[in-house]
Amino acid sequence: MKETLNRIKAEALEQISSDIDDASLEALRVKYLGKKGELTAVLRGMGQLSPEERPIVGQIANEVRAEIEAAITAKKQELSVKALENKLIAEKLDVTVPGTKKKVGHRHPLTLVQRDLEDIFMGMGFSIAEGPEVEYDYYNFKALNIPENHPARDTQDTFYITENILLRSQTSPVQARTMEVQKPPIRIISPGRVYRSDAMDATHSPLFHQMEGLVVDEGITMGDLKGMLETFAKAEFGEDTRIRFRPHHFPFTEPSAEVDISCFACGGKGCRLCKGEGWIEILGAGMVHPNVLSMCGIDPEKYSGFAFGLGLERVTMLKYHIDDIRMFYENDIRFIEQF
Amino acid sequence: MNLSLNWLHDFTNTDGISTKEYCDRMTDTGSKVEGYEVLGEDIQNVVIGKVLEMERHPDSDHLWICQIDIGAQVTQIVTGAQNVHVGDLVPAAIPVAHLPGGVTIKAGKLRGVESNGMLCSIAELNLTLHDMPEAIEDGILILGKEYEDKVGMDVKEALMLNDTVVEFEITSNRPDCLSVIGLARETAISFDKPLNIPTPVVKDANDGDKIDNYLSVKISDPDLCFRYAAKVVKNVKIAPSPLWLRMRLRAAGVRPINNIVDITNYVMLEYGQPMHAFDYSCLDGSAINVRRALDGENFKSLDDKDHTLDSSMLVIADCNKAVALAGVMGGANSEIKENTATVVFESACFSGPSVRVTAKKNGMRTESSARFEKGLDAENAMGGLLRACELVQMLGAGDVVDGIIDVYPTKTAPTVLPLEVERYNKFLGVELTEEYVTDVLTRLECKVEDGKITVPSFRADLTCMNDIAEEVIRIYGYNKIKSTCIKAETTQGGRTPKQKFEVDTENLLYGHGFDQIQTFSFISPKSYDKIRLPEDSVLRKSVVITNPLGEDTSVMRTTALPSMLEVLTRNINFSNENVNLFEMANVYLPKDEENALPDEPKMIVLGAYGDTDFYTLKGVVENILASARIKGATYKAVSDNPSYHPGRCARVIDANGYCLGIFGQIHPLVCENYGVNIPVYVAELSFDKIFGASDMTIDYKPLPKFPATTRDFSFVCDEELTVGEIEAVMSRAAGKLCESVKLFDIYRGEKIGEGKKSVSFRVTLRASDRTLTVEEADKASSKILNDLKFKLGIGIRE
Repeated sequence: MKETLNRIKAEALEQISSDIDDASLEALRVKYLGKKGELTAVLRGMGQLSPEERPIVGQIANEVRAEIEAAITAKKQELSVKALENKLIAEKLDVTVPGTKKKVGHRHPLTLVQRDLEDIFMGMGFSIAEGPEVEYDYYNFKALNIPENHPARDTQDTFYITENILLRSQTSPVQARTMEVQKPPIRIISPGRVYRSDAMDATHSPLFHQMEGLVVDEGITMGDLKGMLETFAKAEFGEDTRIRFRPHHFPFTEPSAEVDISCFACGGKGCRLCKGEGWIEILGAGMVHPNVLSMCGIDPEKYSGFAFGLGLERVTMLKYHIDDIRMFYENDIRFIEQF
Repeated sequence: MNLSLNWLHDFTNTDGISTKEYCDRMTDTGSKVEGYEVLGEDIQNVVIGKVLEMERHPDSDHLWICQIDIGAQVTQIVTGAQNVHVGDLVPAAIPVAHLPGGVTIKAGKLRGVESNGMLCSIAELNLTLHDMPEAIEDGILILGKEYEDKVGMDVKEALMLNDTVVEFEITSNRPDCLSVIGLARETAISFDKPLNIPTPVVKDANDGDKIDNYLSVKISDPDLCFRYAAKVVKNVKIAPSPLWLRMRLRAAGVRPINNIVDITNYVMLEYGQPMHAFDYSCLDGSAINVRRALDGENFKSLDDKDHTLDSSMLVIADCNKAVALAGVMGGANSEIKENTATVVFESACFSGPSVRVTAKKNGMRTESSARFEKGLDAENAMGGLLRACELVQMLGAGDVVDGIIDVYPTKTAPTVLPLEVERYNKFLGVELTEEYVTDVLTRLECKVEDGKITVPSFRADLTCMNDIAEEVIRIYGYNKIKSTCIKAETTQGGRTPKQKFEVDTENLLYGHGFDQIQTFSFISPKSYDKIRLPEDSVLRKSVVITNPLGEDTSVMRTTALPSMLEVLTRNINFSNENVNLFEMANVYLPKDEENALPDEPKMIVLGAYGDTDFYTLKGVVENILASARIKGATYKAVSDNPSYHPGRCARVIDANGYCLGIFGQIHPLVCENYGVNIPVYVAELSFDKIFGASDMTIDYKPLPKFPATTRDFSFVCDEELTVGEIEAVMSRAAGKLCESVKLFDIYRGEKIGEGKKSVSFRVTLRASDRTLTVEEADKASSKILNDLKFKLGIGIRE
């Protein structure tokens, strides 16, 4: 009987270690260890043994069973590792095949720049003020120190709806409206559409976007205006950007300035973008005219403030080297999808 | 304003300053330079030559072989011109010479005969008959005998073509700088140079004749004319002006005409004082009346254009008629002519707004009106008038009659402002001394004494503290101001919830693959026809622009649909595939009340074609609503909107019954109007209403602790029955156990039968406090089936 056990063991171990798959292994388990298996059959024959032999053979039988079980477990482990390996090899992908994706939409470049600028100024404590595009002459001109028949009206050829309603030619009326209802401290920017009767060409559009800013408080200085515009210019055009003020005239600010930034393409050395000047005109700015403050019910003896404004199309065109303003309103997706 | 530097040097100097430095510093102190031009730069190696000999070219019947004395030598030049004679003084281009227009003259042979250059016409020197009235147009420029001693001299020097012209952009508050003297003043202070403005000297004739023998002046409307001064010149000899004067006018961009007209232009450019000259013989009644025009009065201006005037305009009139439109243009009836013998010079000051309105109404903006409309200094009128008479005497253009007429009803008192150095410093953020400030203001011709600043009459723009601060800082240098941080209360800033929702909506749409567009707010009224808007639609009532650029941009849109369709069409025409677009578009809805501004609601407009369909678009609409956390919105079929497909259009209705928008496939007839033959989908949603219906409060609900039970149902029903109706009945039937009812299949086919469809739903049931028993789920299921049977008459698909 001992020999039988050893033979079963030898046979079983050999078969388990041979090149078999999961199913064959299971068949071997049934063959040797199952209820009707060979080992079980041997054990059933134990009754015929003498009481002395029984424990010895029993022990051997248990050892054989344990060994076969251990071999099967080990083989199972080995097979599952191998199966996983094979599976992983079979699942190998060509990672250079393009990804499956949902198309993502693109911002209009003007919105892109507008949101950029809004973020910069919101970080400096500005709110965003909005106002009507179809506006009273009063807010577009009179409240901004531009009385009727003032020659400054000529520089902004205006679309009229009625004698005293027009399409705003600047976003400044929002400043006047804000000051009427809000007392200092005021820090707002007002981005939006403005209208001037310029025929469409590569650099003109009868509709374009401006963004103006207004700060009114006690003790606001022209140095503060410079400081804020410098911060803005660095944030929008890069840390090395410098700004330059040139005296100018706007009816609603005094002193007024045109503001240049050092050319972000050449750093100020002079290039095609800045026409060799090293500087690019980007903003108009100035200290709010006392007449404007008074007209809006703010005491110019107590408060001072500054205002600035820029054209979004201009900034966007400079920033992305767009040479024709009409691209913005043509809305060819091959254009928009570049932003 | 084009400034001749030669002319400038009559009053100040720019010694040791390069043109570039000059331009930069002038810009820095507030006179913006647009650019400069060196005149005659393109003329090189052209000298005055004298024709010594001429002979016929042996091989030509029109060429001449000339021997030309060019000073240092005699050279041979062949010319084809026929107006040259021996002894003539001519401009000769000597190789290698350069002429305007990039022409280069080299030595060569003309039909075998050596020609060392070219004789020049006026056109070849870029001159006109106005510049050189003694020349002829098609022939060599023959110079007068006064050039006899200039043989060999560079033509630019001889013809006074050497000059540099600086172009300034003068802002509307500085009409005083629209003059050589004004810019000389700015030059002197910018470079710390002396300024010398001579007082014009007019010699008396002492012949017993005086102006009162000729003229009287009355200002009938002193609110529009602040001063009117006049002088008379008799024995006028109309002739071309001398070369120096012509060349200065030319440099300033003004065409020389004749001595009298040129003098008026010269004075306007030099003093900034517009002048006018009348032919005295054309004035009826020896009296000038400055009065408002009569309504309907006719007037023919110098340029032979007819105008009908009204009483808002000011005219210079004699006893019978208007002879000039005040400050704008003279009349044809009193124009200076060849035979004019007596001239009246006018130097006046008219109201700026009045001149502006008059010029605008008559569509004739002139150099004169452009100056007057900015508000001129009445004090300057006399200087200008005397300067004109001085020039008359200098040019020998006539005899100035003694005496002057000066009607000056209202003198403006000079502006006096306090000197507030501390305030300027605080306002500007600088630390300037009183001494410095006083010095700058004094050099700007302000009188500073006893803490008061008296502003000169030509600086009407200086009216308050800010103005004085600007004067000081522009001379000191804007760029010397140190940048500082605002020292004040901090403000919170940021977006309002509505602004934030706008940005969020944009972001949501980018995520859905929609590109953003921006279109014009004004459209053509014909667009309403293109989208088949009914004739009686309120949307046809637009805000109308009275002075549009053209019909295409003449009304403010009441709907952004045409703009979107135009852009979609354009992209289709560009062969762009699978396009999804959106615009956050304002529309402009007029109000009935008089003088009220329109409403400007914002629309979210979606547009798509290509790989999309109704349900894809609806999915986006649903997600926009979901992002606004709007619950209970329903979708109603719309079959009567003429812009949309009658079977593929829906209105979005919120829980309170408000319409949030409309979307669907565009009607094929609308597509046809745009020349489009593929399906196009558009949604027009009200941003304002969606934001208004949004509920941004978030209240966390605990996750379910008990499992859900699902039941699937398939029904066969008529095509007409909508999924929405079935869904509504099912969820009501399932009651509070109903977590969701979801459609998962619609099937049509032969097995179902014509006009029928099979719809399949999965109902999820759940109780929050227990696991549902089979009995409970069954009960809910049978309630659902029961209700469907009785309310909609449909049953389970067998």
